[in-house]
Amino acid sequence: MMADPFLSAESWYAVFLSLRVSLLATLCSLPLAVWVAYLLARKDFFGKQVLNGLVHLPLVLPPVVTGYLLLLSFGRRSGVGQFLEQFGIEFAFRWTGAALAAAVMAFPLIVRAIRLAIEAVDPKLEEAAATLGGGRFFVFRTVTLPLIMPGVIAGSVLGFAKAMGEFGATITFVSNIPGETQTVPSAIYAFLQVPGREGDVIKLVVLSILLAMGALMASEWLARRQVRGMQGQ
Amino acid sequence: MTLSVRISHPFPAFRLDVDLEAPEGVTAIFGPSGAGKTTIINAVAGLFLPHSGCITSRGATFFDSDRRINLPTQKRQVGYVFQDHRLFPHLDVKANLNFGRRARKIGENRADFDRIVSMLGLEQLLGRSPFALSGGEKQRVAIGRALLSAPEVLLLDEPLASLDQMRRQEILPYLERLRDEARLPILYVSHSVSEVARLSNQVLVIDQGQQSVLGPVGDVFAHPHAAGRMGAEDLGAVLFAKVHAHHSDGVTELASAGGRLFLPKTNADIGAFQRVRIRAQDVMLSRQKPEQISALNVLSGTIVDISKDPDQSGKGVLVRVRCGDDLLLSRITLRSLNALDLRVGEPIYAVLKTVSVARGDVGQG
Repeated sequence: MMADPFLSAESWYAVFLSLRVSLLATLCSLPLAVWVAYLLARKDFFGKQVLNGLVHLPLVLPPVVTGYLLLLSFGRRSGVGQFLEQFGIEFAFRWTGAALAAAVMAFPLIVRAIRLAIEAVDPKLEEAAATLGGGRFFVFRTVTLPLIMPGVIAGSVLGFAKAMGEFGATITFVSNIPGETQTVPSAIYAFLQVPGREGDVIKLVVLSILLAMGALMASEWLARRQVRGMQGQ
Repeated sequence: MTLSVRISHPFPAFRLDVDLEAPEGVTAIFGPSGAGKTTIINAVAGLFLPHSGCITSRGATFFDSDRRINLPTQKRQVGYVFQDHRLFPHLDVKANLNFGRRARKIGENRADFDRIVSMLGLEQLLGRSPFALSGGEKQRVAIGRALLSAPEVLLLDEPLASLDQMRRQEILPYLERLRDEARLPILYVSHSVSEVARLSNQVLVIDQGQQSVLGPVGDVFAHPHAAGRMGAEDLGAVLFAKVHAHHSDGVTELASAGGRLFLPKTNADIGAFQRVRIRAQDVMLSRQKPEQISALNVLSGTIVDISKDPDQSGKGVLVRVRCGDDLLLSRITLRSLNALDLRVGEPIYAVLKTVSVARGDVGQG
């Protein structure tokens, strides 16, 4: 790759990898997060507290521990890892592993935001929809989902930002391999270990701030458009 | 097209027992708050699961505890108008109205849509968001939404309770049209005597979960036991009468089974059937035909029975007078009863001032 006047090839890779990892992590966990949030907000079932605890565990556990647990469960020597390898899916020390780590770390934040949004929807509206002939899925699709959209957007942005910044679990699970698993935080960490690369660090820091601000503003705009649509103006 | 509801359910405080056949038209479920009224229509809608009983509509079994049938809400063709309108805030009025058709996957029926929209006067509101509607408009949209979901039964849970007096008067005529045009069994939950008097064909009086009286509105309103549930001030008979003439001095003359009635001028057409609620405390009794008296209505009749005043204070009595086919109620003091020495079976004149009949007490028959 040609020398870039602004960023080194290594840094560029880290930026694109971070974006790819965060996007994949957010999009893949979103449907599951909506489902789990719905269960936690609206259903009573055996083991609800256990599920709630499991979902929130990555929020309170040291990220290194989460990363190590991922390594134990999805590593090449684990049962799951070996099973998935047969289908050509590998996580440990691959960029997909970084996405998995980011997804696990972002999941509680996404679920939380969506759960709050679902709890704010009056179940009486869903009841009314049922009296009008709507089955459970129809009611979810046409009433609940549109009403929680601002929460879904907020949760996604929060999750995306968390994924962009995820460091501890990622470096433990997939290490810090330039051009393979080195995300922006890992790259900043790596550059800080080498004298004379403060310039690269500053550039990545500025870029991180810009991306985070962009994501926040995009979510504000989307949420506002949603609310305006709801008030029919 | 009859709805049949037979359910019982033990609650901690009381036991609910209802056995009701609702034909086309309005069956009012009347009773004080907490009597179990809403529970009955929730059971019909499938929002409440009673302990035992059977609910059928037009041959379809909604619920049968013996046969272990409990159709989910969305499979029962009921239209439900809630006390709080429950419009979908993210949809405009038109989309709210069409929600039931979308949910039941029935194609839009232009004629139906237009008919119901014009019946409820919603033409100007279709593009609006529920946020931009007044309380009365919201409730009208909610009624339209329920009607457009092609229901076989309509359930209304105190649809006017959340509205102020002005809005109530605005919606009542729409509900009267609904009663006369929808050709559906309509269960109308209310604790308002005036609404029930104005709208219902049949009344079920319920108290502490127990069905105390069930019958045609005229009978129930003149029923001493049912009267006990209505409170002394609200108590009164419901008469049906035909508009005979509008007089230029601001009085409308109606022909009832008991004789001519003179009421404050209405805008009903000549020949139209009207129902009139006459409060028991507005009716005076006289042994002789009063002459040179300002009251315009003097009806002759016979005393059917004399019972205790529902407020139980012992100071008043309730006299039922049969005038032709109609029953009138008069609430007088014990002192007057004794002074006139009134007895069951004797002829009597009932006297009513025209101005004591409020505008809201006269409605479409």
